[in-house]
Amino acid sequence: MTEVQTNAAVRELIAFRIGEQEFCVDIMSVREIRGWTPATPLPRSPGYMKGVINLRGAVLPIVDLGARFGLRTSEPTARHVIMVAHIGGRTVGLLVDAVSDIIQLTDGAVQPTPDVASDDVRTFVKGIFALDGRMISLIELDMILPETEAEAA
Amino acid sequence: MTKTVLTVDDSRTMRDMLLMALEEAGYRVIQAVDGVDGLEVLAANGADVVITDINMPRMDGFGVIEGVRADPNHRHTPVLVLTTESDAEKKARARAAGATGWIVKPFDPVKLVDAVRRVAA
Amino acid sequence: MDAFEAIKATFFQECDELLADLEAKLLVLESGQADNETINAVFRAVHSVKGGAGAFGLEALVRFAHVFETLMDELRAGRKVCDDITVRTLLRASDVLADHIAAAQGRVPEVDEARSAGLVAEMEVLTHGEASVPGAAEDEDDDFGFVPLTVGLPSLDLPSLGLPSLDLPPLGAPAYAASGWRVVFRPHGAMYANANETGLLLRELGRLGPISVSLDDSAVPALDVLIAEDNHLVWTIDLTAAVEETAVREVFDFVESDCDLSITPLGDAPVMDDLPPLPELPDLAAPAPADLDIAALLARAADPAPAPVIEAAPVAPPVAAAPAPVAANAPSAPPPVAPVTIRVDLDRVDRLINVVGELVIQQAMLAQRVAESGLTRSSGVLMGLEDLELLTREIQDSVMAIRAQPVKSVFQRMPRLVREVADMTGKRVKLVTAGEDTEVDKTVVERLAEPITHMLRNAIDHGLETPADREAAGKAPEGTVHLAALHRSGRIVIEISDDGRGINRERVKGIAVSRGLIAEDAVLTDEEVDNLIFLPGFSTAETITDVSGRGVGMDVVKRSIQALGGRISISSIPGKGSTFTLSLPLTLAVLDGMVVGAAEQTLVAPLTNIVESLTPRAEDVHYVGGHDAVIRFRDSYVPLIDVAQVMGFRDTPVPSGQGVAVVVETESGARAALMVDAIQGQRQVVIKSLETNYQQVPGVAAATILGDGRVALILDVDAIVANARRRTAGPELKLAS
Repeated sequence: MTEVQTNAAVRELIAFRIGEQEFCVDIMSVREIRGWTPATPLPRSPGYMKGVINLRGAVLPIVDLGARFGLRTSEPTARHVIMVAHIGGRTVGLLVDAVSDIIQLTDGAVQPTPDVASDDVRTFVKGIFALDGRMISLIELDMILPETEAEAA
Repeated sequence: MTKTVLTVDDSRTMRDMLLMALEEAGYRVIQAVDGVDGLEVLAANGADVVITDINMPRMDGFGVIEGVRADPNHRHTPVLVLTTESDAEKKARARAAGATGWIVKPFDPVKLVDAVRRVAA
Repeated sequence: MDAFEAIKATFFQECDELLADLEAKLLVLESGQADNETINAVFRAVHSVKGGAGAFGLEALVRFAHVFETLMDELRAGRKVCDDITVRTLLRASDVLADHIAAAQGRVPEVDEARSAGLVAEMEVLTHGEASVPGAAEDEDDDFGFVPLTVGLPSLDLPSLGLPSLDLPPLGAPAYAASGWRVVFRPHGAMYANANETGLLLRELGRLGPISVSLDDSAVPALDVLIAEDNHLVWTIDLTAAVEETAVREVFDFVESDCDLSITPLGDAPVMDDLPPLPELPDLAAPAPADLDIAALLARAADPAPAPVIEAAPVAPPVAAAPAPVAANAPSAPPPVAPVTIRVDLDRVDRLINVVGELVIQQAMLAQRVAESGLTRSSGVLMGLEDLELLTREIQDSVMAIRAQPVKSVFQRMPRLVREVADMTGKRVKLVTAGEDTEVDKTVVERLAEPITHMLRNAIDHGLETPADREAAGKAPEGTVHLAALHRSGRIVIEISDDGRGINRERVKGIAVSRGLIAEDAVLTDEEVDNLIFLPGFSTAETITDVSGRGVGMDVVKRSIQALGGRISISSIPGKGSTFTLSLPLTLAVLDGMVVGAAEQTLVAPLTNIVESLTPRAEDVHYVGGHDAVIRFRDSYVPLIDVAQVMGFRDTPVPSGQGVAVVVETESGARAALMVDAIQGQRQVVIKSLETNYQQVPGVAAATILGDGRVALILDVDAIVANARRRTAGPELKLAS
């Protein structure tokens, strides 16, 4: 476990990688990590929705986080990983390249997202911090799923 | 030795309240939903004290009291009646049928447990 | 939720059940078929509501229920007659009782006070007669803790007992004796018959403070003349504790009417003189009184073994109580034997159903893997698997049946609704229900209430004429609405019919044309015209009267039914009436489907939508306007929809001459042919919602998990066909069959 020290409240985060970039989320949101299985595609859904898979009898939507963040989309392979997360009462699978480590973060260590980040990224990134010379973006998951469209009249 | 109380009441709410109060006081509680059920449960399980409501379908509280008194195994089992009726006539009738005592609804859990303790040998 | 809150929730649930029962019984009374047991049942229901409400301190509810209960008590005792006017009042009272309960629960902000007070007044008039005292006559001031005994106080001239003289308090004041009390107690034989025991009473006294007990058995006759039931023992207990007299008297609460009791402050003369004289007995030599060992006495009293002889426990049936046969109490004939039921937490049933659903999936997966592994047909494994499938299916059916509920719970709310709508619209309506015991899965039952409510409103508001109009038309002024539920071809059918004026087809057609829903010259069958009312955009605020503040069009009703996988239609005879027919699947949890392949994906089409499947040759496909494909089916041409294309799985359609066309029919009767690559078979699949973890997807009704563990989407046939029409349609295709 890596520690980033300051004198404030501590959060436990799980870090993961998409391409060359590193991100992390609150570990309390992530229920399990699974390997990639081919998903059943959903018609007419946003490009970052990879489809749905069977998670022990429940239908789990898979969000390609790289695509969601506006980074490049790679075709998922068996080396990719699905983080099963709870977001607002739903269980969702987040497709990432790899999961790295668990970080204990004190709040004071987080800096605000720099202005250069695109709007897409800023919707999700709540802040950044440094760890062992790496820059890690802290992600808030609430906005990950597409907005539910209002019922057509 | 843990005492067993049989509660006979057609109201689920009442049964739940009795259960809560009695179990907290350390009694084991068995339940029945009306008079007929009550006498059957009593015959099958036995009890140290019977608490019964008066107004129930199939057989009312008076029937329960009389049934308990008529059962050779339970002739001296204390029977408490639950009554909301501030009616001396009902109480007299319950007495006459063989009730050992009464508890007034809505009941104070402390008073309930007290009444049970007073009559339970 | 803590235990108390949980019980409160139980109470409100129970109130719902009690109210339903109450109303049902009142309706029986209304129909004139009542007997005393029915009235008793109504009494008990109100009594139970009041009892529980009292426990939770729900004052307004208790007050209303009390007045209601009092009237019911008069009726069940036969002191008042239950006539038509009374029954109508009781029905309205039950409505207000429901309102009070809803208010107590916080479901509505408050009760209509005027209405409540009005009914209270009516009920009191019925209870007490015209000259009744306003306001509830409550007896709750009665303090029935004990009946005061007259105890003669001795004169102040105390005989010498060697005790210090006491300052006696004046007669009548609660006596708080400085040093304690003397209790003289002589139980009557009847006391023991009620399982009261002296030993226990002594034990209770002992809790108040130190006691010394002496027994006078001088009056006990010799054994051969002793009547076992009678008691001749007199106990004197000195309680040295600074307690109030009421505390001492309270110990004898339960037995006071079955004993002679005197409580005097310690220091007074022995009060045996004040007790009523003992019965005359032959004068025989009696043993001398003796002081008993109190500890031994209490030990014996606590001992569950039979009491010692001197306790005179009656061995014959108690004198005071007339023994009655066990089941004697029902004043009327015993009710029919009810099936034995148990109460089960719904969560547990839901979990069970989920697990069974997964069992079905696992069994299918296992079967598939075994089949793929190439075991021969005669292999024991395959046969075992077939048996497993049968068993699994049986388990699933049984488990579904657990959750099956009669529609009664929904139907029961309707009489009140009908009364209210009738009142508001000035119509006179009689509601006749049938098939309330028809069972349906719980998931469906709960969703029935809203559509049925809307259809009833519609029937009364639009269908039925006013009493004057009806009479002018030669009909009875009171209209009848039938609400019936039945099973038909594996679905549940709800019919709502009225004997009103039927659908005015000219007017409906006119409205549809003016809203652009059909062409002016469109040719429609009568039935098609009737069903125009379900089209979106048909109803607006002008065409819907605002019955109780809600203007809801039939198109919304139809959509909510369709969301359940159901169908709705209407048929009508002008001047005679209309019938709404609603059909729903028996359960929302499983679906019979046809498994098809489109592009690389596996999809499921609901069997209820499927008419037939064809393998069209290239020449069977025709193109309208050059690019919209149609295919000939029976007597007409139906649009050909390439499923893989519309779902976005593939850009190009199935090559001509290949693939299978599955002809489907939508709720509105529109037909189309869905082009797929292949049909893989028919299966019953467990429905998994997409909305749980994601959202609604166009063209997709739900999802399921197939034998290979992969998720397959279940097609929303109606949406797919509607979408295709919208893209291609000119007005002439809108109602093509």
